[in-house]
Amino acid sequence: MSEAKEGMDVGYVAHLARIDLTEEETALFQGQLDQVLHYVEQLDELDVGDVEPTAHAIPVYNVLRKDEVGQSLDHADVIANAPAATDGEVRVPKIIDQ
Amino acid sequence: MADLHKLTIAELSEKLAAGECTSVEVVNDVLASIDTTDGKVGAYLTIDRNSALEQAKAADGARTAGKELPLLGIPVAIKDLLNVKGQPCTCSSKILEGYTAPYDATVIAKLREAGAVLLGRVNMDEFAMGSSTENAALGKTSNPWNSDHVPGGSSGGSAACVAADEAIAALGSDTGGSIRQPAAFCGCVGVKPTYGRVSRYGLTAFASSLDQIGPLAKTVKDSAILLEVLCGHDKMDSSSIDMEVPAFGRNLSDDTSLAGMKLGLPKEYFVEGMDPEVEKAVRDAVGHCKSLGAEIVDVSLPHSKYAIAVYYIIATAEASANLARFDGIRYGLRIDGKNPLELYGKTRAAGFGAEVKRRVILGTYVLSSGYYDAYYKRAQKVRTLIRNDFTEAFKQCDAILAPVTPTPAYKLGEKTDDPLKMYLDDILTTPVNLAGNCALSLPCGFSSTGLPIGLQIIGDSFAEETILKVGHAYEQTTEWHKQKPGL
Repeated sequence: MSEAKEGMDVGYVAHLARIDLTEEETALFQGQLDQVLHYVEQLDELDVGDVEPTAHAIPVYNVLRKDEVGQSLDHADVIANAPAATDGEVRVPKIIDQ
Repeated sequence: MADLHKLTIAELSEKLAAGECTSVEVVNDVLASIDTTDGKVGAYLTIDRNSALEQAKAADGARTAGKELPLLGIPVAIKDLLNVKGQPCTCSSKILEGYTAPYDATVIAKLREAGAVLLGRVNMDEFAMGSSTENAALGKTSNPWNSDHVPGGSSGGSAACVAADEAIAALGSDTGGSIRQPAAFCGCVGVKPTYGRVSRYGLTAFASSLDQIGPLAKTVKDSAILLEVLCGHDKMDSSSIDMEVPAFGRNLSDDTSLAGMKLGLPKEYFVEGMDPEVEKAVRDAVGHCKSLGAEIVDVSLPHSKYAIAVYYIIATAEASANLARFDGIRYGLRIDGKNPLELYGKTRAAGFGAEVKRRVILGTYVLSSGYYDAYYKRAQKVRTLIRNDFTEAFKQCDAILAPVTPTPAYKLGEKTDDPLKMYLDDILTTPVNLAGNCALSLPCGFSSTGLPIGLQIIGDSFAEETILKVGHAYEQTTEWHKQKPGL
């Protein structure tokens, strides 16, 4: 993992993950996650050049269904969960500046 | 009332069928047990008293009308990450505040069809991330055997409520040991089915390639009855397997002979630092299986020691993607911002607990450009090696015997400051999730301090019948599962 040796910048990755961290959290997680990353470096011991990766333990491929209209969730039930809604639609802050 | 809450599914089903009690009586008795005990245990997040009694009345009515169903009138508790229509589904997280499930998870629909009474929802580590139920934002759960100790996790509420006779059985989910480890810590039986056996539709996803729903119960027989109800193909989950489900409960034989059965003992599972009392209890259990006629063979699972590293890369990677949906837009908590980006960052900061934040950040990192090959892809390759280990081992044996955890339940707060230390305890359970096969945990002894010890029986993919047979034979010829905590 030569490319990983520089380590993780927790503040930057938290920004990518859309989680605002406090300074205290950033410092705490930096130490804890550095430890975890150091621990997982043991995987470098193994020669896995010819090994196929496993994404799913039980191989299932191309599960298709007929393109038929089924029953969907009730619109009112779904909208009732929205933190803010108007006229059956979810309200969000303004996305595009004028 | 004749202590109906202390009985098993099998015992209650007989009594109900014989007209010796009604489901309403059973539910009232269990509710009374919750009222006396849950102040000490803290298993429940919400108890649906009125709904449970209505369901019980309906079950009694159905029975009078001649209906016969596998769980008719049996009260079951639900881990709070399964959607139950019209009820909250908190995942023990603040971010799902105010959320009401608009549909039933497939396993919930199956429980209803089988006649079960849904009692309420029980505590867990937030989004199933943890091994002690201490990462729960909405409540604290204690081990019924000693309230200073953890119940295990993440299905800690499920295991604790069953062990404390606050439910007849419960549903949990197992991503890296989250059914088996709390079952071992609390002294009940827990089954992690083969990946694909049980539909995950309506289970709040943590790591989709590892998650499986399964039963926690008082006996192996009860687990088999419940498992039979839960399994089956579902078009709503494309990873669920389209194959026949054996009649796990009905076919379970009371024959206690294990003659002709080869049981493997993996040397790698007796790890350094293992509590000597755990090792002794498990080795005694192995000896007991031998006395029942099984042949014990040594097997090797040489890549087991890499399982934790592989697991914490793959599970966090999948979690970082799965938990992207909790963004404050469509449901749950929202902390407003002047634009969506600000809203996401603030909402997720306020809604997620520390462990969830750590895992989402780690998962985002191992999937990020430049690090994907070094971490995620390499972990997936080592996952193949771990899976191959099991394939080789099952050429030599029918099932594998092992400990579930290196130690009995530890004290509350003992490991909360050191995430890596907590992760390392999953060494004996995570390989099974990575390989996708099945395993169960059942009681096989107690520590000198009176805490339960679990025996893990690991089966090949789709070999649930084999591990249930071994577990049932062991259980019928031992008394561990009959001991109850002194609450």
